[in-house]
This record gives sequence, C-alpha cells and structure tokens, in this order.
Amino acid sequence: MLFNRKNKVKKNQKADLTFSEEQGKMDNRPANEGVEQVINKPQDRRTAMKGLTAMLLSGAGLLNSSCSLTAGEDEQDLAQLKWEEYFKGNYRLMTPEEKKETVRRLERMYELNNGGKINISDKGPLKDVLYGYAFNISKCRGYMDCINACIKENNQDRNSQMQYIRIHEFENGRMDFAMADDNFYHEVPAAGHFYIGTQCFHCDNPPCVDVCPVKATWKEKDGIVVIDYDWCIGCRYCEAACPYDGRRFNWSDPHVPENELNKDQHYLGNRLRKKGVMEKCTFCIQRTRSGANPACVEACPTGARIFGNLLDPKSSIRWVLENKKVFRLKEDLGTEPKFWYFMD
Amino acid sequence: MISDGLKEATKGSTAYHIWMATLTLLMLFGTYAYYQQIVHGLSVTGMTDRVSWGLYISNFTFLVGVAAAAVMLVLPTYILKDIDFSQAVLIGEGLAVAALIMCLAFVTVDMGGPARLWHIIPGIGNLNWPASMLAWDVIVLNGYLFINITIPFYILYHHYLGKKPKKSVYLPGVLISVFWAVGIHLVTAFLYAGLPARPFWNNALLGPRFLASAFAAGPALIILVLAIIRKYTDYYIADKTINKIAMVVTVAAQINLIMLGSELFKEFYSVTHHSSSAIYMFFGIDGKNALVPWIWTSIALNLLATLALTYNRFRRNHTVLFISCAVLFLAIWIDKGMGLIIPGFIPGPWGEIVEYFPTWVEIGVTTGIWALGAFVFSLLVKVAVSIELGKMQYRNRQ
Ligand code: SF4
Ligand code: SF4
Repeated sequence: MLFNRKNKVKKNQKADLTFSEEQGKMDNRPANEGVEQVINKPQDRRTAMKGLTAMLLSGAGLLNSSCSLTAGEDEQDLAQLKWEEYFKGNYRLMTPEEKKETVRRLERMYELNNGGKINISDKGPLKDVLYGYAFNISKCRGYMDCINACIKENNQDRNSQMQYIRIHEFENGRMDFAMADDNFYHEVPAAGHFYIGTQCFHCDNPPCVDVCPVKATWKEKDGIVVIDYDWCIGCRYCEAACPYDGRRFNWSDPHVPENELNKDQHYLGNRLRKKGVMEKCTFCIQRTRSGANPACVEACPTGARIFGNLLDPKSSIRWVLENKKVFRLKEDLGTEPKFWYFMD
Repeated sequence: MISDGLKEATKGSTAYHIWMATLTLLMLFGTYAYYQQIVHGLSVTGMTDRVSWGLYISNFTFLVGVAAAAVMLVLPTYILKDIDFSQAVLIGEGLAVAALIMCLAFVTVDMGGPARLWHIIPGIGNLNWPASMLAWDVIVLNGYLFINITIPFYILYHHYLGKKPKKSVYLPGVLISVFWAVGIHLVTAFLYAGLPARPFWNNALLGPRFLASAFAAGPALIILVLAIIRKYTDYYIADKTINKIAMVVTVAAQINLIMLGSELFKEFYSVTHHSSSAIYMFFGIDGKNALVPWIWTSIALNLLATLALTYNRFRRNHTVLFISCAVLFLAIWIDKGMGLIIPGFIPGPWGEIVEYFPTWVEIGVTTGIWALGAFVFSLLVKVAVSIELGKMQYRNRQ
C-alpha cells in the first residue's frame, strides 16, 4: 500500500475568518442610517456593539461613496460579524448564551463567505467521562489510513499537508525514537520494521497548558486538551513546551477544498482555523462527545487503536489497561499522558 | 521640553543625518518585510513545526541581556557614589530603553496573531499569571521599561530646568531597577529552563550563564558607545570610566567562559541522549551541520576577546580594547542567538533532526528592528548629551 502525501489542491476562495483584512471594504449606505440605528436601538451589550459597528461602517461609507462601489447588505453583515467576533472573549469564560452566539456568528459568516451551511457544536463534556487511548504496537503496519482519515475529519490545511499523527518506522531490535523515521515514502509494511504512532497524548498534567500566556488552551473535564483558536495569539510557547510533538501551527492561511470540507464541526474541534494559530488532535471532540470513536480509531484497518471512557469499567480501554502490559512514553517528565502503548 | 527635545534631536552634523537616514531606510525595508509576513503568514520565515522559534526569539533573548546589563552600571554611580560611572549611567539607561523596545518588537513580530495581542492585557484579556513564564516576562519587561524611562527622565528634566534632582526621589527607583534587571534576566532564562520537553534548555546553569554573558556583552556595547560619543561630541568621558567598565566586561567574560567549560564537560564527558543538541551544534549529526560554523566562530571570538581583555597591557590600550569589545559582543550575540534558542529544538521531541535557516524576510525584519533600536538610542543619547552639556536648557519665556 502506498501512501500519497502530495495531494495538491487548487486554491479557491479563502475561508479565513480574520477580522483585520476586511476593514477596507465596507458599504456605502447613507450615513444617517447608521446613526439612527444607534439612537433607536435599546442599549444592551450586543446592540451597542452593533450600533458602534454601524457607525464606523457609515463613516467608511462616506469615504467610499465617491467611488461607485455597491456592496450588499451581506457585506455589511459580514463586517459586523467580524467586528463582534474580534472583540469576543475567551471561550472557556463565556456564558452558555455567549457560546451559542459566537457559534451562530461563525455559521453565518461561513454562509456569507462560502454560500453553504455548516453546523458548529458547542457541546460540553459528558458526565462521568474521561477519555483514554491505547495503541497496539504489534498490530500497526504503517498504513497511515489514520492520518488520512484525521486530515479529512479535522479539516486540516491541505496546502502545508498538516498532520496531527506521526507514524514512526523502527528497525527491528531497537525501540529508539531517534533512530526511527517519521517521514518515509515507501511501501509498507517494510520487512524488518515495526511502527508506532504518536499524536497529542492529552496529558493529565499538560505542560502546554501551563505555559500559555493567555489561557487559550486548557484541559476539559473529560480530559481533552483543547485550544480556543480565536483566543490564541500564536506565540508557540505551547509548541516548545510539548514533549510529544503534539502541536501544529498554521504558518499560513489554511485551505480546505469546499467539497472536502467536513461540515459537522465543534467550536473546540475541527472548525476552520485561520493563519497564525495553534491546533492539534482533539480526540475528534466533535465525534467523541456524541458517543462515536475518533476518526483514526475508525479508520485503522488493523484494529491497533483503542479508545474509550476510562471511568467506565466495561469499556475496551479499561480492558486493555487491566489485561495488557501497558506503558507510556517519557514517563519521567511527569506529564501523565492518557495514551498508552501495549503489545499482543 | 518636548519641543526643545525634538529640535535638538532633528538638528546635527551631516554625519548624524546620514546615520539617521540610513537607519530609516533599514526600518522601511524591515517594514516591507514585515508586511510580507503579515500578508502570507509566518510561513515566509524559516520556522516550522519542528523548529518553531528562530531569529526573532533569539534576538529577543540576547537583547534582554543587553537591557539588563546596561543597568549594571547604575548601582555604583547612584549608591556607591562612584563618580566615574555617572556619565555612563544615562547612556546605560538609554541603552536599556532602546534594547527593551527592540525586545518588545521582536516578540511582537514573532506572534502569529499580533492583532489579538490585547488578549494578554489583564482585565480585558486574561493573562495566565503566575503559571506562564511568558506572562511573567511580559510584566517584568514592561515594568523595567517604565522604570528606565522615568528615572533618566526625572534626572534630565531637572538638569534641563537647571535644578538638582532629589536623591530621595530617584534613589529608590534606582535600587528597584537594579534588582529588576536581575529579575528580567532570570525570568527570561526560566522561560526556557522551565521546559523539561527541551533538555538542552532544561538546566539550572541557564539563568546564571545568561547573567554572566549579558554582563559581558552589555557593558562591552556601552564602551563602544562611549568611545563614539567621546569622539563626536564635547561630552567629557574620562579614561578612568572606560577602564573601569572594561574591568566589569573582563570579569564577566571570564566567568562566562568558566560556565561554558562546565557545560561542555557535562555534555561531552558522559554523552547521553540529552547531549544530542550539543553534539548537533558543535559537530553536526548525519551531515546536518548548519550551526557548526556559527558556534565555533563564536567560541573562537569569545576566547580571543577574553584573553585580550585579561592582559592588563592590552586592555589599557584603547584600540585593542575597542576591538575586543566589538568581538566579544559579536561572539555573545551568536552564542545566545544561534547557540541557545535554535539547538533547543534540534533534535525534536522524537529525535528528528530538521534544520533551520532564516529567510530574507526574517533577516529583513530583524535588521529593521535593530535599526529601530539604534534610531531610538541615537535620539535619546543626542538629547541627553545636549542637556548634560547645558546646550539645551529651559529658557524663560518672559
Ligand atoms: S501531548 Fe503535548 S500538546 Fe498534548 S497535552 Fe501533552 S503536552 Fe499538551
Ligand atoms: S500558541 Fe496559542 S495556545 Fe499556544 S501558548 Fe501561544 S497563545 Fe497559547
């Protein structure tokens, strides 16, 4: 089986949701409309924000009216949504209503930008659930179906070929990661070799979380370590702090072709990212919080990947932990990964 | 005072104007490079997920050292009443301000989302203090900048009015600033030393070695600056002052070498997996050896300069002294830049060796920021020297 890493895609409309770039293009409605909006609307926080935006827009409109640029309602809508998105707070500190609102804004923005509909969930952690993962070294044969499934499921940037999972190829006789190859392009399984996959281990004591200067990344109640893509400032301190190479940065505008986009999304999971922010494996939060397995577990043709609820004594992950000789990587660092390895 | 200051800053000899114009050009070039980076993202730099910090953070680290060391000279002047240093101190604090501005600029250009930087402001954002060392660093660097702007301002303003600044007002500030200088240093070192994920940084000597190398590089730069000021202005700086600072540089450089030796011993006497970064840096691994020429150059220059400074006869000869200082400064810049931040990422967490090469954009932005620092520093020094010389004074309008 041959794995093709070079899936070139053509660049089309960008789904970048950043605020700053759009400021220039605004509408040209008469100036007093914006002012009226401010005067007539009751002043709760949201409408105040709206009013403010309208006023700014009409200011820009005045400037623009000389060149005959007709922009629709949509454009104003979009500018306003961007404005509100820019000033929203950290997801973790939002009230349930605020969460609903930002999700609605993001869905609407996608619609205005790309025409289609997406569905972003803000589902919280399930009760009495703590996720864990186990990897069977004897079974993995390096097919990388997990990587492909992960890329599709999680809308990873196709241009830079971002991958959360790395499959390391070892020569028999020595389990030394420094000697392994995580960037191979040949037919697998190669004779005399074995394979081990790594990804974010969702550490119980995650160093990446401690170092973040703005609390943009944290551990959820169900043990998933998540990132608020809109709160991250892109300092990459977490990437330096992760001992497992778990994090990935958007070095440029990420791109996912429209027809390959996974539209079932989660705010903390596979929704579209923008350039300059951190991302990583979320145990497919959009799937697992609805009771499904992560995409990698489902895709693995050999059954090397096992996922489940550590608090459920009848789960398969508990069976593995109790019946196999399991171990974890770099235990000496005290990170307590919730990701175990075992052999048959 | 502001208008007088501006007037003073904008007039000057042809050489001064050419110097400032060159710096402006470099800044414009840096701005253009940064514009490219804003439009295309950090992908236009040489950084990747494997080596996720590069030239920017290296320069930031080095300049924190320079900023802290500048204030090293404050202590003897204000507290020990060592007259010799007093002329140097205003220059030192000006240098600290310029270095800090560069530090903040380097951190900002390194951000993926500079537009979202307001997220770190306590109150509207949420600063992860005290858990994150970066949060500490933001606080101490800004605090230090504030201190180093206010003290010289207070003193210069009084001189400008023709009054004597009150000791009881500025002395406590000076004391705080000295402790603070050590603080910004250690906090910045802890930024790296606190990461067990990167064994190359995760060692207790990082902080102290940081201090030693900075106390060599910072004052070395001050000597060079004083030499230039002495040559081009009427500001009197005694030989004694320069000789004393040279002493500081020499001792710091020697201590730095001792620590370097102890680090090398640890890495190479008992080679473990954790020595891989050092092996990569000094000898290369599997033919990948981008850092090898840098680090050996740095070590050679460092040794040369320290030896030259150690011999009294050489140190007293000002030509040799100035050359040694320049060489030492360069050596430590390489050491803290190429030799500290980048090998921390190589090999990566799983042992892969992926090298880092800065791109023209990074080099452009870096040059631009250095030009910005030199620009700010030149302005500050120009005005400060004029006030101190009594050229610029408050004129009664009546
Ligand atoms: S594996 Fe890395 S990114 Fe994932 S939780 Fe642990 S430290 Fe954080
Ligand atoms: S890159 Fe983002 S998530 Fe990571 S430490 Fe910086 S702000 Fe936090």
